[in-house]
Amino acid sequence: MIATRLPRVTGRRRSQGSTRRIITYVVLTLVCVIWVYPFLWMMSASVKPNGMVFHGIGLWPAHWYFSNWVSAWTDAHLGREFINTTIITVTAVVIVVFTTATMGYVLGRFSFPGKRILIGALAVLIFLPQGYTIIPIVGLITAMHLDNSLFGIILAESGSAHIIQLLLFAGYFRKIPKEIEEAATVDGAGFFRTFLKIFFPLAKPAIATVVILQFIASWNDFLIPLVLSLSRPQLQTLAVGVYSFQGQNLTNYSEMAAASTMSLLPVIIVFLCLQRYFIEGMAGAVRQ
Amino acid sequence: MMTPGIILILMFSVYPMVTSWYYSFFSWDGFSKVKYFIGWANYRELFHDPYFWHAFARSGWFMAVSTPVELVLSLIVAIVLNERALRLAPVFRTLLFIPVVTTTAIIGIVMSFVFAAYNGPVNNALQSAHIIHRPIDYLGNPHTVMWTAIGIFVWKWLGQPMIYWLAGLQTIPSELYEAARVDGAGWWRRSLSVTAPLLAPFAAIITLIVAVGNLQVFAFLQSLTNGGPVFSSETMELYIYRMAFGAGGSASTTRLGYASAAGVFFGLAVFLVVAIQVLVARRVLGRGPARTGVA
Repeated sequence: MIATRLPRVTGRRRSQGSTRRIITYVVLTLVCVIWVYPFLWMMSASVKPNGMVFHGIGLWPAHWYFSNWVSAWTDAHLGREFINTTIITVTAVVIVVFTTATMGYVLGRFSFPGKRILIGALAVLIFLPQGYTIIPIVGLITAMHLDNSLFGIILAESGSAHIIQLLLFAGYFRKIPKEIEEAATVDGAGFFRTFLKIFFPLAKPAIATVVILQFIASWNDFLIPLVLSLSRPQLQTLAVGVYSFQGQNLTNYSEMAAASTMSLLPVIIVFLCLQRYFIEGMAGAVRQ
Repeated sequence: MMTPGIILILMFSVYPMVTSWYYSFFSWDGFSKVKYFIGWANYRELFHDPYFWHAFARSGWFMAVSTPVELVLSLIVAIVLNERALRLAPVFRTLLFIPVVTTTAIIGIVMSFVFAAYNGPVNNALQSAHIIHRPIDYLGNPHTVMWTAIGIFVWKWLGQPMIYWLAGLQTIPSELYEAARVDGAGWWRRSLSVTAPLLAPFAAIITLIVAVGNLQVFAFLQSLTNGGPVFSSETMELYIYRMAFGAGGSASTTRLGYASAAGVFFGLAVFLVVAIQVLVARRVLGRGPARTGVA
């Protein structure tokens, strides 16, 4: 019925619609240019000589000075920071997927006394601001003698209550029919085997979401790695490293732009390649 | 099976929550093992420190201004991008989302160049378009710094609520719009009677996420302005950081007990904001079904 209705749109309405669409496109394109311009400016500044960085608004450099990139790479210790950030991010992602999946499995499949209270308590914990918890976290990491290794930063980042991810897993595991579980039990699979071999692989979309959320969070985290590497530059992540490089290096704008470009480009490229998963992952967090 | 997760949460969420309270009653520089119990003295000093109150008010103000701007703009963009006739919508969506995934602390530094007073690209563009005649010191002037920061902040984070709104809009079945159209309802009428009530539960959760997020802007402001000029963009978290770990990372002043007291106060304030929003959402959403029943 709807299909027969559509062709009856009059000519005037259709032309009105197309002018509106052109206006929409023009406005959206302008907005997107503003959105992308700072990145393009940064990349362009990164290959200009320092004196030319603040010279007009043109983006295309007359000459390409990749020497900025080379000196920024060594001066800002970007290589070390890349390795640190990667280790922290990968480990934190693994830990968070493991802890939220196991907790989600129990909360989603089993009922036990106090479950509602537990979920309520966890829900309160997500709103704990980092500014409130950071001082005891530093104290705890120091007391555990982890303040000289990346593992302290990793633990502190994986330790906050990831309730959204946990509920995502719980929701997934709840929907899986009981027959599958029973079949596994009949086959003699124990509690952990059932989880590892049957349930965990079935939750792939939830795993993807949690991986992406934690990847963004860990890769970009600032306060925890900043505080835990205050007197230990060898532990600095990219965010902290580029920030402190700026502190020591106030006027070398092109080198700063080069360091920023080199640290932001990989994330942007990963995002552009996997954008569907990123966007669906973020949306998945609010959809439940 | 839940043990690893529970242990981590106990260590890094519950323990810090309780210990901050405990620390806040001590005078402690963080280096010596000795802490001196001083009762409520930290809180008394806090309440007499104008920097603390300014930072506290600034955090609230930053949230109160940036949240509605971010929510309304992202909703408008989401509604436009949700139009099925818009073929390029995914491209626009991706471009608008890029700032969200990039490292906040580095964005803050890049933006401090983009908004530089002396020949920064924003000043250059506005001057060559004859919109302004003299360059503006966006981030170096105490009167403009917070407004500039809010503008850049909205640029950085707009994509996130946009994605949330789109997720909400896509749950509304298109048959409802068709039915409303057949009944002769115009765009405004459809938005009010179909979109608004079905989007209301999403609005509640999105507002909560965005508002609480906008109270926690440490990485953004620390890298963009360092709290300056002259503390005029110092929010609660920057104040706590300065008190606990010293300005600019150098351990010149480390007053962990005092900073903990500020942290406890900040934590309570955030909880208050959450509680108010949950209560308001409950009341509004509780009335929701009745209203749609009439319409």
